[in-house]
Amino acid sequence: MAIRSFFLFILFFSSSLSPVFSLYEDQVGLMDWHQQYIGKVKQAVFSSQRAGRKRVVVSTEENVIASLDLRHGEIFWRHLLGADDVIDGIDIGLGKYVITLSSGGSILRSWNLPDGQMVWESSLQGPKHSKSFLLVPTNLKFDKDNVLVVFSNGRLHAISCIDGEVLWKKDFEAESFEVQQVIQPPGSDLIYVVGFAASYQFEMYQINAKNGELLKHESASFSSGFSGEVSLVSTETVVALDSTGSILLTISFQDGKISSQQTPISNLVEESLGPAVIIPSSVSGIFAIKTDAVTVFIRVIGEGKLEVVEKTTHEIAVSDALSISEDQEAFALIQHASSEIHLTVKLAHDWDGNLLKESVKMDRQRGLVHKVFINNYIRTDRSYGFRVLIVMEDHSLLLLQQGEIVWSREDGLASIIDVTTSELPVERNGVSVAKVEHNLFEWLKGHMLKLKGTLMLASPEDMAAIQSMRLKSSEKSKMTRDHNGFRKLLIVLTRAGKLFALHTGDGRIVWSHLLRSLHKSEACQSPIGLNLYQWQVPHHHAMDENPSVLVVSRCGPSSDAPGVLSFVDTYTGKELSSLSLDHAVVQVIPLPYTDSTEQRLHLLINADKHAHLYPKTSEALSIFKREFLNIYWYSVEDQNGIIKGHALKCKCTGEVADEFCFDTRDLWSVVFPSESEKIVATVTRKLNEVVHTQAKVVADQDVMYKYISRNLLFVATVAPKGSGEIGSVTPEESWLVAYLIDTVTGRILHRVTHHGLQGPVHAVFSENWVVYHYFNLRAHRYEMSVIEIYDQSRADNKDVWKLVLGKHNLTSPISLFSRPEVITKSQSYFFTHSLKAIAVTSTAKGITSKQLLLGTIGDQVLALDKRFLDPRRTVNPTQAEKEEGIIPLTDSLPIIPQSYVTHALRVEGLRGIITVPAKLESTTLVFAHGVDLFFTQLAPSRTYDSLTEDFSYALLLITIVALVAAIFVTWRLSERKELQEKWR
Amino acid sequence: MKWVKVIVSFILTLSFLSFPSCAFQSDELLVDDEEFGLEGAPQHRSPEPIPTRSPPVTSPTRKRHSDLDSDSKIQFSLDHAFGDSDFSPAGTFSARLKTWSHGGQTLTKLRFSRNSFSDVEKEKFKNLLESDDFYRIRLPSNVLSPPGRDFIISSVKARCLPRESLDEHFVIHMEGVNVLAVNYGSPGSCPYPRNLKLPAKWSFSSHTVLKNSEQAPRAPVFTEEILGGENAEGEVVQPAERSFWAKYWMYLIPLGLIVMNAITQAMNMPEEQATGQVPAQGQPSAGAVQRGPSSAVRRR
Repeated sequence: MAIRSFFLFILFFSSSLSPVFSLYEDQVGLMDWHQQYIGKVKQAVFSSQRAGRKRVVVSTEENVIASLDLRHGEIFWRHLLGADDVIDGIDIGLGKYVITLSSGGSILRSWNLPDGQMVWESSLQGPKHSKSFLLVPTNLKFDKDNVLVVFSNGRLHAISCIDGEVLWKKDFEAESFEVQQVIQPPGSDLIYVVGFAASYQFEMYQINAKNGELLKHESASFSSGFSGEVSLVSTETVVALDSTGSILLTISFQDGKISSQQTPISNLVEESLGPAVIIPSSVSGIFAIKTDAVTVFIRVIGEGKLEVVEKTTHEIAVSDALSISEDQEAFALIQHASSEIHLTVKLAHDWDGNLLKESVKMDRQRGLVHKVFINNYIRTDRSYGFRVLIVMEDHSLLLLQQGEIVWSREDGLASIIDVTTSELPVERNGVSVAKVEHNLFEWLKGHMLKLKGTLMLASPEDMAAIQSMRLKSSEKSKMTRDHNGFRKLLIVLTRAGKLFALHTGDGRIVWSHLLRSLHKSEACQSPIGLNLYQWQVPHHHAMDENPSVLVVSRCGPSSDAPGVLSFVDTYTGKELSSLSLDHAVVQVIPLPYTDSTEQRLHLLINADKHAHLYPKTSEALSIFKREFLNIYWYSVEDQNGIIKGHALKCKCTGEVADEFCFDTRDLWSVVFPSESEKIVATVTRKLNEVVHTQAKVVADQDVMYKYISRNLLFVATVAPKGSGEIGSVTPEESWLVAYLIDTVTGRILHRVTHHGLQGPVHAVFSENWVVYHYFNLRAHRYEMSVIEIYDQSRADNKDVWKLVLGKHNLTSPISLFSRPEVITKSQSYFFTHSLKAIAVTSTAKGITSKQLLLGTIGDQVLALDKRFLDPRRTVNPTQAEKEEGIIPLTDSLPIIPQSYVTHALRVEGLRGIITVPAKLESTTLVFAHGVDLFFTQLAPSRTYDSLTEDFSYALLLITIVALVAAIFVTWRLSERKELQEKWR
Repeated sequence: MKWVKVIVSFILTLSFLSFPSCAFQSDELLVDDEEFGLEGAPQHRSPEPIPTRSPPVTSPTRKRHSDLDSDSKIQFSLDHAFGDSDFSPAGTFSARLKTWSHGGQTLTKLRFSRNSFSDVEKEKFKNLLESDDFYRIRLPSNVLSPPGRDFIISSVKARCLPRESLDEHFVIHMEGVNVLAVNYGSPGSCPYPRNLKLPAKWSFSSHTVLKNSEQAPRAPVFTEEILGGENAEGEVVQPAERSFWAKYWMYLIPLGLIVMNAITQAMNMPEEQATGQVPAQGQPSAGAVQRGPSSAVRRR
């Protein structure tokens, strides 16, 4: 065993002597794909420039500002702002600058529209937190300079559009003043700021737009108070709801005089509706209110008179107003009707006449329309045409024009919550043979081209043909399982509650499914998708079943909200069934047992610490009963700083007899002192990780035994003071403690304190080692540490005679209740980058050496050989150690530019890296997701077990043919020669 | 080398552990983070608390230290539970609380006195052994103001404890005056098919270890790297001095093969000369006869 592994090690170290994994230029896109997304659109502004390419500028919930091609939906440019730099508003100024207001109204930026370069940035401070508004008045000039009006943080600013300079500012410091609207009537030099004070007083400020001088301040009190938003129905009239949501207040402030009118909703609509809310829109003269069941459109006629124009029970979405001529405003309305959506464009003052009425077939899997943005264009016959951009429930973005979907973007994929994989169906006999024969000529031709390429005989056209052939190889995007296991389905769950299946070959969407269970419903108001688990992975005896995944979600943000389970077939994308649970789901534990149909047993822990077994079948129960005493798990309460271990006790002792419910008990607890330690990271090994051998052969033919336990937990705690941003504490009052805890017995196997360190801590656990990344305050650098843990209880098994005579304990079962004899080795290295994510490659049998995959701050994925993070590195390794592959000690880890897995690409907003083993031992599949998606194959020790993709089979064939021919020729020649000699 | 060191230190520790009466304990040992306490075989069967180790502290030493660091005696209790029963007192830890001049407080001189089992408890423990259930213990998470934020719980399968007597081993992880965790179990192994075995003596032999956090070594900083330029070059030269064999093996092996080939050829020469004449004589039937000498030649 030891010898075998030794040879394997030698093999790998020799095969991976150059640790650099890199691509040639023509290999880009061969095994990898990259998809760019932007996220759910919050706001869209159409560029109204007559000339040039039509574009739309959008801001999204992923904090992306992007300029999209209006014809195809492609991204011209995009910028990802930081996670805490939420975009509040965007607009286009002077027709060539995109203005964005972000970070709660404190940062205003201007970007060049054609290329997305930043023009200027200014920071806006203010006395208090408030709503923020960005106005770009078209005809408000100030010394030939267009002016932006920004209200943020309780202060009104006028800002130059050219250079971002603040021209004047005006504070609104009144304690209780809450701004609701900032209005700049076109054609005047006035700005109105309206809002509520002390929740029952309406305040109106009239301000001179030229210099910020306060012209008028009026207020009126309303005893009934206000609730929710206000809707602006004209430049000098707003509509608000009272605090009960049943009376409409029409407040006009013409010429600085406040006058108001109260209209109970029941006067307008016969039946009682219950509390209503105003749908924010800016169509003049019309506003909409929404109750649970109906949406009512109300027109304002003259002095505060209201009139209902339409009442609908359909789900509806309204766009903002679009002025199409001097006095005409149009808006778009979208209504749902079973599998279609109806788009109507109306004029603001003429409800009954429709400018446009279209029906568009809509995929049900996209859900409801959430947002509508309208834009007009001039048709070939000089009339007005309209196009609308709609944002769907699944966060996708579509452009509708002339009753058709012009383009669509699946931007839900920008917010992936969880990822799992599924195998593709097995190829049946008789499917592909004919195809290959048919393509035999093509195949030969292709190989001849490749041969030409290898022999450098190919012309540039040939080279292009070779490249396109390689990229388009139909082999990689087939819908069947391949021998090497490269083709799989990536099942991803997005924040919108939609499940996508992506093909690993080319990244296309095989199917997508908006989960019914994640739909808003009576029982479940705000469902949130949590996790994906592999529910059924058929192999062996259940080959005919389709694999399925389990989606765990819950109704609401709090952890004690009831859970929902849904089961989805991964071949078809059909939701097989869904279960609304009567208990919450705090923790899901996939158990290492499966039933006869290969359904995995799952244990769900609820908020009262009861364990529920799924699937609820008697077979599962009998399997579970057998292993009842051997099931342990742990829970981390990171707010309290407590880690607890649990085991099962007995059946639930509730009033309802439920044989799938079990009581639990606490076995152990670790309580971190709250004044000195705060949990920042907990990491365990991946459940499906395979370790090839426990033995590690070190120099001098010595063997060390890795301590390989599935029940190890790495915990990192930092000083509570030091859990803030880097640099917020001095090195003296900041520390980091790393623990290795056995999760069955609660033993602390290793505990080490690093002084002067600070989080954030990123860690990865694999085999018997853990690597963690943090900031060193003393050295002002990032650092990475490694801890390796070795089992000493097996260390005496080195004697060959013992092995021969069977006097070893290698086969005896390990009990974690024994006192562990472990030693740890650790070392720290400096590292240049800060990290966003960390992962490790995993292969089918665990033989191939490992690489760490580091998601750098630059949104790239860097592969770093694990050998650089070997605690046994020394300054001067001995000859034997060198042969083993130990690299001389350096104080920092090298960053080799060629080892960027993402080569020249960036995975914007990188959040996670997932590695999946392929069937081929040398190869691992890597999927990185953030706002963008990136997928590639990695071979940490190079593909030692297969020929490379560009291997020239034709050359081999020709060589063989030539050799055979040569054999025959020489045979004939020698025969002839022999004959001649015999005749002599 | 390291192995030897580890083993030696291990043996030293062991010997230290097995002769507690010989070991003189001074307060200055505080620098050492670990404090070993051990009771050998239990001598008494009295129901009273048994001090596990005689206090080796002498009053003069305490006085000497008191002007710098004040220390006081504290006690905290160990509770136990059988299976899912409630916790009941099982023993007392007593220790010396050391207040350092810089404000930190640490525990030293941990001593443990275990209450021996009452008859009821014995019965309960037997039940645990029969059902292979958990024996649970708990400690306060703060020794100054017990129970602190929460109790520290630890448990072990009851069948792991009985040996001659009931052997238990505590590793108490401390952070100042806070108890982080306690590792509780048998001092040795507890092989998996846990067999039912009643202890010969119903008394505890307890081993306690107090552990504080270790300091991590700092990341190595190679400032001398620039200075060590020549040094590095010198190292580069060294590997060039390989042995003759290492340098020229690729030439030596073919040479060896050629030489061997030549030798075999030379050995075959006489044989060929011998056999070469046979067909010339035109007596192929005598081949069998001729083979005798030729093989003899080969044997030479």
